[in-house]
Amino acid sequence: MLVEWVAWLLRTVAEAVFPFLASWTWIPWYTIGLIHVAAAVLGVISVIAMFLIWLERKVSAHIQDRLGPMRVGGWHGWAQSIADGIKLLLKEDIIPAMADKPVFKLAPMIIFAASFMSFVVLPFSRTLIVSDLNIGILYVYGISTITVIGIIAAGWASNNKWSLYGAMRSAAQLVSYEVPVGFSLLAGVLMAGSLSTVEITLTQAGGIWHWGIWRCFPFSFIAALLLYVGALAETNRTPFDIPEAESELVAGYHTEYSGFRFALFFLAEYTNMFITSALVVILFLGGFTGPIPVSFVPDFIAGPFWFVSKTLFLVFVMMWIRWTLPRLRVDQLMSTCWKYLIPLSLVNLGAIGLWVSLRG
Amino acid sequence: MLEFYNVFWFLIIGLVFVLVNLWLSSLLRPSDPYDVKLTPYECGEESQGTGFVRFNPRFYVIGLIFLLFDIETVFMFPWAVVLKGAGPFVLIEMVIFLAILVVGLVYAWGKRDLEWIKLPTRW
Repeated sequence: MLVEWVAWLLRTVAEAVFPFLASWTWIPWYTIGLIHVAAAVLGVISVIAMFLIWLERKVSAHIQDRLGPMRVGGWHGWAQSIADGIKLLLKEDIIPAMADKPVFKLAPMIIFAASFMSFVVLPFSRTLIVSDLNIGILYVYGISTITVIGIIAAGWASNNKWSLYGAMRSAAQLVSYEVPVGFSLLAGVLMAGSLSTVEITLTQAGGIWHWGIWRCFPFSFIAALLLYVGALAETNRTPFDIPEAESELVAGYHTEYSGFRFALFFLAEYTNMFITSALVVILFLGGFTGPIPVSFVPDFIAGPFWFVSKTLFLVFVMMWIRWTLPRLRVDQLMSTCWKYLIPLSLVNLGAIGLWVSLRG
Repeated sequence: MLEFYNVFWFLIIGLVFVLVNLWLSSLLRPSDPYDVKLTPYECGEESQGTGFVRFNPRFYVIGLIFLLFDIETVFMFPWAVVLKGAGPFVLIEMVIFLAILVVGLVYAWGKRDLEWIKLPTRW
């Protein structure tokens, strides 16, 4: 929908200026529109990630009774992330002599491309979505798993012991927490009866009491909570930040990365925080629908506003958790997942399944 | 299929973004590699041996159990979409399917393969 509009707009303008372009078919125009949309999404991602990095520094500072960045750009150091980005672009790109160079170079690309591709199905409003895939949730679930391959590739290719240990831990953690996340996603899908992100959101339209979190109370609430805990682990956030436990593993799988390649890992991490929070919002917190059924502003303004503010709230809670809780030990991490979260999410899924099949 | 055409172009644009930025960075950044700089980082000590070390076989066990559950999840996605209005029989079928896999989890648990430090099995 969005791509068609952009393509139509570009075509109309371009044909008015250069009449000979009228001979072009629809497909090149569609592709040109798509490229513009993708570039716009890249811009959005960069802004979101930079904002989140700045926010993380401010939140952590205020939790620890500090002020955080205050100088760059004037008001509360708002330009700090931009300055850091430029600095990372200007830093030397060091690739260790013993590293597996092709894999070393490929790993950050895989991780960044995976987090970028997840944005295809995030619905900012009913029409403001790149592509409403009919398998949207499955798509995000699959694409986000590709991150594991990037992390293992990064850790292995670095030829560094810290990196390898970090990557192995990270892979074990990511695949383990993938299971309760999958079951919790399934719980949301069960209640909505669809995999399309827009359709799932529309089943929750009509005010805060229609949101998924209340639909099979308390089971849906537990599912939302499990999904959120899984999201913390999937994005390697405290209390599950074993892979990059800086006090024991230096920086985990990206120890050997510097300059812009490191920036890609950082960008992908904060983008993934946004995406996983957005998944919770789509399935359980009403997505782009507002908390009251009456709307005073058009959908294309209210939708993005509610979607982004709910998601940012969840991201803020992630940061809050990071600066409040200590890190789990690696054995505690695994037993939390396999002995508590997975049985709980299975039973919870069964309960929601029973509810849905009996009450509809 | 048009939707997946979008996904394909997103992959390409994502990779192009990375490559363009790396190229841009290569124009701007300094490049002064020397032997010591290119050694693996080991907290300032001289690096010992290769980085391709052995690691705990627990990771393989975790990987194997994960594979089972992940395939199970993939099977459950189409089921989850149609369950609403399909009646309790469809639910019972999935419960049987899950029960078989839960037996596997219980077995791994009983064998103490979910512990991080492998203890002697109880049976």
